[in-house]
Amino acid sequence: MARVVLIGNLAQLTGGVAEFDLSATSVKQLFRQLTDLHPALGPHLEEGVAVAIDGQIYQDALFEPIGADSEVFVLPQISGGCP
Amino acid sequence: MATQTYVGTRTIRPDGLDKVTGRARFGADFNLPGQLIGRVLRSPHPHARIVSIDTSRAEALPGVKALITRDDFADQSSEFIPAGEMMMNYKDVVRNVMAREKVLYEGHAVAAVAATSVAIARRALKLIDVTYEVLPHVIDVVEAMRPDAPLLHDDLFTVGVEPKPDKPSNVAKRFEIALGDIGAGFKKADVIVERDFKTAPVHQGYIEPHAALASVSEDGSTELWCTTQGHYIVRAHCARLLGLDIGRIRVTATEIGGGFGGKTVVYLEPLAIALSRKAKRPVKMVMSREEVFKASGPTSGATVHVKMGATKDGKFVAGYAELKYQAGAFQGSPMQPGVMCAYAPYDIENVKVIGYDVVSNRPKVAAYRAPGAPISEYAVESVVDEIAKKLGIDPIDIRMQNAAHEGTKAAYGPTFGPIGLEDTLNAVKKTEHWNTPLRKWQGRGVASGFWFNIGGETSASLTVNEDGSVSLMAGTPDIGGLRASLAMVAADELGIPYDKVLPIIGDTGSLGFNFLTGGSRSAFSGSMAIVEAAKEIKADVCARARKLWELEPGQVEFSGGHVRALGAAADTHTPMSIADFAKIAGKTGGPIGGYGRINAQGAGPSFGTHLVDLEVDPETGRVTILRYTVAQDAGKALHPAYVEGQFQGGAVQGIGWALNEEYIYGDDGKLQNPGFLDYRMPVASDVPKIDAIVVEVPNPKHPYGVRGVGETPIIPPLGAIANAMENATGIRFTELPMSPPKVLKALKERGLNKV
Repeated sequence: MARVVLIGNLAQLTGGVAEFDLSATSVKQLFRQLTDLHPALGPHLEEGVAVAIDGQIYQDALFEPIGADSEVFVLPQISGGCP
Repeated sequence: MATQTYVGTRTIRPDGLDKVTGRARFGADFNLPGQLIGRVLRSPHPHARIVSIDTSRAEALPGVKALITRDDFADQSSEFIPAGEMMMNYKDVVRNVMAREKVLYEGHAVAAVAATSVAIARRALKLIDVTYEVLPHVIDVVEAMRPDAPLLHDDLFTVGVEPKPDKPSNVAKRFEIALGDIGAGFKKADVIVERDFKTAPVHQGYIEPHAALASVSEDGSTELWCTTQGHYIVRAHCARLLGLDIGRIRVTATEIGGGFGGKTVVYLEPLAIALSRKAKRPVKMVMSREEVFKASGPTSGATVHVKMGATKDGKFVAGYAELKYQAGAFQGSPMQPGVMCAYAPYDIENVKVIGYDVVSNRPKVAAYRAPGAPISEYAVESVVDEIAKKLGIDPIDIRMQNAAHEGTKAAYGPTFGPIGLEDTLNAVKKTEHWNTPLRKWQGRGVASGFWFNIGGETSASLTVNEDGSVSLMAGTPDIGGLRASLAMVAADELGIPYDKVLPIIGDTGSLGFNFLTGGSRSAFSGSMAIVEAAKEIKADVCARARKLWELEPGQVEFSGGHVRALGAAADTHTPMSIADFAKIAGKTGGPIGGYGRINAQGAGPSFGTHLVDLEVDPETGRVTILRYTVAQDAGKALHPAYVEGQFQGGAVQGIGWALNEEYIYGDDGKLQNPGFLDYRMPVASDVPKIDAIVVEVPNPKHPYGVRGVGETPIIPPLGAIANAMENATGIRFTELPMSPPKVLKALKERGLNKV
């Protein structure tokens, strides 16, 4: 099971629960499982978040694999403005 | 990976000659036959309700061909989308490009006109009768947060607080991250430093003002030339705001005279298209510098509260911060990245950072290099220095002791892979600069900085021409050396001379979608797309060689710029280059080319450390930068001169932010310094040569090890200069800019203003 942690305000949509053990094997499955557990998360996950899998940040990457022992963080989308 | 003949060298810039001779065409250089001139009527008030707009007198003026107001833009539903830097809401965007119910800042667009001459357009603006009901305004972020502050939006309810507010306010969002137990962390601390900081809004200060030329044909086909960091984004926004099909708009990004984040949004572009559609003639619009200051950018001003704790041997055990960022007239400041970056350079067990996104009667902020990070990291780096001083620890040593490294769990979530902060600290400490003695009134400061970096959707193509040269097309505007960097990668991948690769930036009709140039992503993502395009070419020529030589799969390979037969077949088949295949392309299957279409992931985080010497004139408060060194991890510098240029440019912009730049408002809510004479940016004579040290800790997720480099260099200067000021004067300055009047006042208060 992957350890999944919500960063920032997302936990306000789950009644304060910020950590999950999920069997998701891809970002797509991660979003589906989180939405099944807490439907209020769905629009926010669709709107755009970043997902850090074992330290590496992915954005808009639904097919990115998640390992059985992966450490996963769901955080605000990251962008920038340079140069 | 291909042999690196060109990657890592300082090749001649393909766009350099045109730029130094004046031949390069920037936004305002494009013209079309029969074009009209567009001008914008802007609000004289910082906050007012629009009671009525009467355009009849203006429309009757001979030479006026089109006039647009809020009535020419359909309202948009509330929908947030990623917009290059922060999230944006189309409901707000449509109101920012053209005011609807209210004007929300001085300079807010109220109407636009297209006429046959500049003089007629200006006269027409004076004939537009707008009736305003002037409302109370609020400029300062703290004042805007007060319950009795003038309200900008009566439908803005703070997101991120429980319970959900039942009254609207100017606070759009509260955002928090936490790691460990902040209370327990402070209990472990032997020393705690707590400070409040304030930073001024600053403009990106690009030399080239916004410019757009639009031409809409009778069938609705639309062409647009504009100065932008992302022409695909411009296309998407214009299509949405004007109800057009994306496929009917073709946008060409002109050469760009700086963007720094400020050209990731639209201002003139939808207006020019709307005017052209109405007038049925091309319309050209160019902002004045005053309009640039009043109606575009800037980045947030902010207040920041920082509290840090450390043990007596220098280990950071707790970091707390509270950030209040101005968003301007509409929500969407870079508060969230500011929150996430604040403590990212350090390995701290207990962190809590809270941020607020606050609207006020200023122009809507746009991205500016590493949006949000310079502000929060400035405050933290100042406090880090104070802790070092209290504990008697060298400021580089305390940063090294606490530096994030591979395996550090960042407060914003992920665990870092290989990163180069410690390498940059070591590099700076070894410099002669660090070890040179200083005189009275001189000070030295050091600070580090972090930025995430991103990848994103990217398309690029390589086309082999008949003579063996290769046309390279990228879809992200070249601001910091993209064309040269990608050409070098293509040359090395295909084993051809660099000067045989001809790079251009294609229009939106030429390639698949490209996210914009921002987030330090264009060279990182673009080079990955070029590697993919080159793979396609190499696979194609290998397949052709097999057929020519009548060999089986596995009996040929591409290496050293040639297709070679392997094993015994190598003796009978002469290796063939890309140019050899170009000559017989028609006979062996047709034109040869490759296309890279990726959503680049794996952007490696970027860290840098800056070292600055300065001198304070106690009689005037003027600060002179004497010496400056930047060390930053580039992963792998594709073109070291361009990488150094990014380091130097970021440092200079940070120097301006720290020492001089600020938006100054009168009590009437109007900007008092909308020009370069009164908005003081550093010029070449204000700064010394910036020494650049390129550290290379390869990014394992990139084929060449590249990390983005464009944003991190603007982060450390603010803290480094504040720390140097403390070193020079003994005064901890907590408000930016540290301009001569403020410095002189602080010196006078302490009786230090005598030579």
